[in-house]
Amino acid sequence: MNPLAWWRWQALFENRAIFLQGLGQTVLASALALGLALVLGAVFGVMAVSPWRLPRWLNRAYVEFTQNTPLVVQVLFLYLGLPYAGIMMPVLWVGVLGLGIYHGAYVAEVVRAGINSVHRGQLEAAYSQGFNYFGAMRHIILPQAARVVLPPLTNQALALIKNSAVLAMIAGGDLMYYTDSWSSDTLHYGPAYIVAGLLYLVLTLPLAWLTTNLEVRLGRGQRGVA
Amino acid sequence: MAGFTELLLQGMSIVLRAENLRFLLKGVGVTLELSLEVILISFLLGVALGILRYARVPVLATMAATYVEAMRNSPMLLLILAAHFALRLTAWNSGVAGMSLYTSAVLAEVVRGGLNSIDRGQWEAARAQGFRYVQILWHVVLPQALRRMIPPIVSQFITVVKDTAYVWLIGVDELTGRAKIIMGAHAEAVIALFFTIAVVYFIVNYVLSAMARSLERRYWARSF
Repeated sequence: MNPLAWWRWQALFENRAIFLQGLGQTVLASALALGLALVLGAVFGVMAVSPWRLPRWLNRAYVEFTQNTPLVVQVLFLYLGLPYAGIMMPVLWVGVLGLGIYHGAYVAEVVRAGINSVHRGQLEAAYSQGFNYFGAMRHIILPQAARVVLPPLTNQALALIKNSAVLAMIAGGDLMYYTDSWSSDTLHYGPAYIVAGLLYLVLTLPLAWLTTNLEVRLGRGQRGVA
Repeated sequence: MAGFTELLLQGMSIVLRAENLRFLLKGVGVTLELSLEVILISFLLGVALGILRYARVPVLATMAATYVEAMRNSPMLLLILAAHFALRLTAWNSGVAGMSLYTSAVLAEVVRGGLNSIDRGQWEAARAQGFRYVQILWHVVLPQALRRMIPPIVSQFITVVKDTAYVWLIGVDELTGRAKIIMGAHAEAVIALFFTIAVVYFIVNYVLSAMARSLERRYWARSF
């Protein structure tokens, strides 16, 4: 019984719709989670540099707790724990929420670093021109920080797609889930995992190249200025 | 929310039973043992791969680059499951193999970055002293580069500790797996168990990141 026999590949090709459906769910969950992570990251990232203590404290609590506990435990808690508190969600929401909250903490750190990379004098100059704190953030600081945060953000998008495989643990209907369930039904493990791996690479490699590209280009731009 | 707190307190009385605490504590040991094994294997592999790419060894460097890009851009869970089901390794070995495939690729990039950060003048100076290529790499460049790699390696170690939570899926009874086992017997302790293991992971990782910070300060100071 050759685990990579030709007929096994044929069986996979005939069932390709299952894998494509899983791929679609992976893309959907990742896109929604990325949206949530960006919103959470922007809000908590700005809180990190707030002149008030409470938002700074909330930022630390969120980032430290989220980054120092496993994504698996967070997602399993949302899936298995919350129903005991009377909160039931469709499995896609659980995945999006779990991934979004987890990566939101990383995005918040990226945003914080981006804001800190903009010179302090910019804020003072904006104040002198009559901007208030929120106006200065929105019109002066954040647009400049956006350039710096672009490479690490594409990197986060990449990490999020990889981590979306965690949905398989909660029967999330994503690519990893269907790879696991289809291959344990048919026993065509070899072709299933090779194809799934390649499909993930189709999603992640362009982002990896984009990240490297942006790093090189922005790095060069900064060196030109100096 | 009142029900939530009540459930947490009620569950804690089950978690805090001596036999359950002992059971979970053993899981912490398994988690740490797995993490250590993975980080050690990954470090050795990562150094080898990183040097191959840094030194631009023909053919091997291209193979190393392909390996690194394929592995670090794949989901770790996929590698673990593939090791278990496609390669038919035992649960423990699948966990070690799947996690090391991924982590070694990440560390290979750390090693390459560390080597690249060493000034080229070091090569010229060492060559002027009569050192050969391998000697320069081993005695001059690598020791300096390793020192700079320590902070990113420790932070990768934190990632590894968190990612060990994946392997309960294939039946390794690390911390998360053991918490799931207790959950199976005590549904009323589910919330409390999640709370407990989250705190344990947090403490382990917080200690590790505090260590990383102090190492960073020490080695940063010494490398200049």
